[in-house]
Amino acid sequence: METAHLIPVNTFCIHHHVDLTFINSLQRFGLIETVTVEEVSFIPEEKINDLEKLVRLYHELDVNLEGLDVITHLLERVKKMQDEIVQLRNRLSMYEE
Amino acid sequence: MAFIDYYEILGVPKTATADDIKSAYRKLARKLHPDLNPNDKDAHKKFQQVNEANEVLSDPEKRKKYDTYGKDWEHGEAYEKARRSQQQSAGAGTQWSAGFDEDNFSDFFTSMFGGGGGGSRSSNIKFRGQDYQAELRLPLSGAYTTHQQTLTVNGKNIRITIPAGIANGQVIKLKGHGGAGVSGGPAGDLFITFIINNDTGFRRDGDDLHLTVDLDLYTAVLGGEITIDTLGGKIKLKIKPETQNGIKTRLKGKGFPVYKKDGHFGDLFITYSIKLPVNLSEKEKELFTELSKLSQQK
Repeated sequence: METAHLIPVNTFCIHHHVDLTFINSLQRFGLIETVTVEEVSFIPEEKINDLEKLVRLYHELDVNLEGLDVITHLLERVKKMQDEIVQLRNRLSMYEE
Repeated sequence: MAFIDYYEILGVPKTATADDIKSAYRKLARKLHPDLNPNDKDAHKKFQQVNEANEVLSDPEKRKKYDTYGKDWEHGEAYEKARRSQQQSAGAGTQWSAGFDEDNFSDFFTSMFGGGGGGSRSSNIKFRGQDYQAELRLPLSGAYTTHQQTLTVNGKNIRITIPAGIANGQVIKLKGHGGAGVSGGPAGDLFITFIINNDTGFRRDGDDLHLTVDLDLYTAVLGGEITIDTLGGKIKLKIKPETQNGIKTRLKGKGFPVYKKDGHFGDLFITYSIKLPVNLSEKEKELFTELSKLSQQK
């Protein structure tokens, strides 16, 4: 399998000074998905930003895993609602013109 | 350069203990952290102030200097020289990594303590660059077709392809076009919000377009053919006899392009607005009177 766009979990852990168990816990909570190629775990490149955000919240704000789960879901809901607001504003502008 | 009251920023008295400061900082950081307030510039700015206040007040040495020279910070340089001759110190403050660089420290901080963050930032930890936010204004007619546009962001020209069908308020991310990373870290991303101004007679609802077309009484009554301009060119429309005012007709696939779906279009909804004739001649009045009588005989 092509691994050009995959970051080894170990490399991420060393780079961000996080324990492998933290990544495993995030996976268990369904907050990240890893890809295993020839028994090596990888993180898809496009998911790195999301994972870095979780690491920041964990380390910098002392948010535990349950908290990260709640925050992730709430931020997703906020994003959906913001998108909906944009759509509704666009529809409303139809009647204001 | 204005004096910055770091105690006020953290909401603690000057007598606050290290624990009080840590606690106040944590509380504000949880509220204002950029990861929890995406796209909120105000929260980002306040967070930077809180971060800076903590950088100073959580470090006993910096706090001492701030307390001594704070309101008269220009004399801090002499203090700094004396301090440097005694010992080199490493900063003790926590540094956030949510895409910040030294520009996020105020002039006040830089004048008093030198480069942002102090010694603690000289480690080889790589930081991701700052994400940039930008707005791009586009006319609705321009959003109808896929086209390329060159943007200038922080002095750099970036050529981007804007796909047809982009919506007002839609945000696209250009990976790696944000601020440069620190210590070899990756660059941040550029987020562009599209503001689409309607320069057409159409009203847009998602991928559908709405248009009100004026129709003269005779065409509405007797039927006929009209030509209308759409964003994709002229269209001939057959008008059925006895078309009523306000009636709506749908032209499938003649609306706005569907974003990133080549060849897919929304629908065009046309509402007919029937205009009654004005400035009638005597002959026309006679004929209308005759018509009126005829309709009463029915």
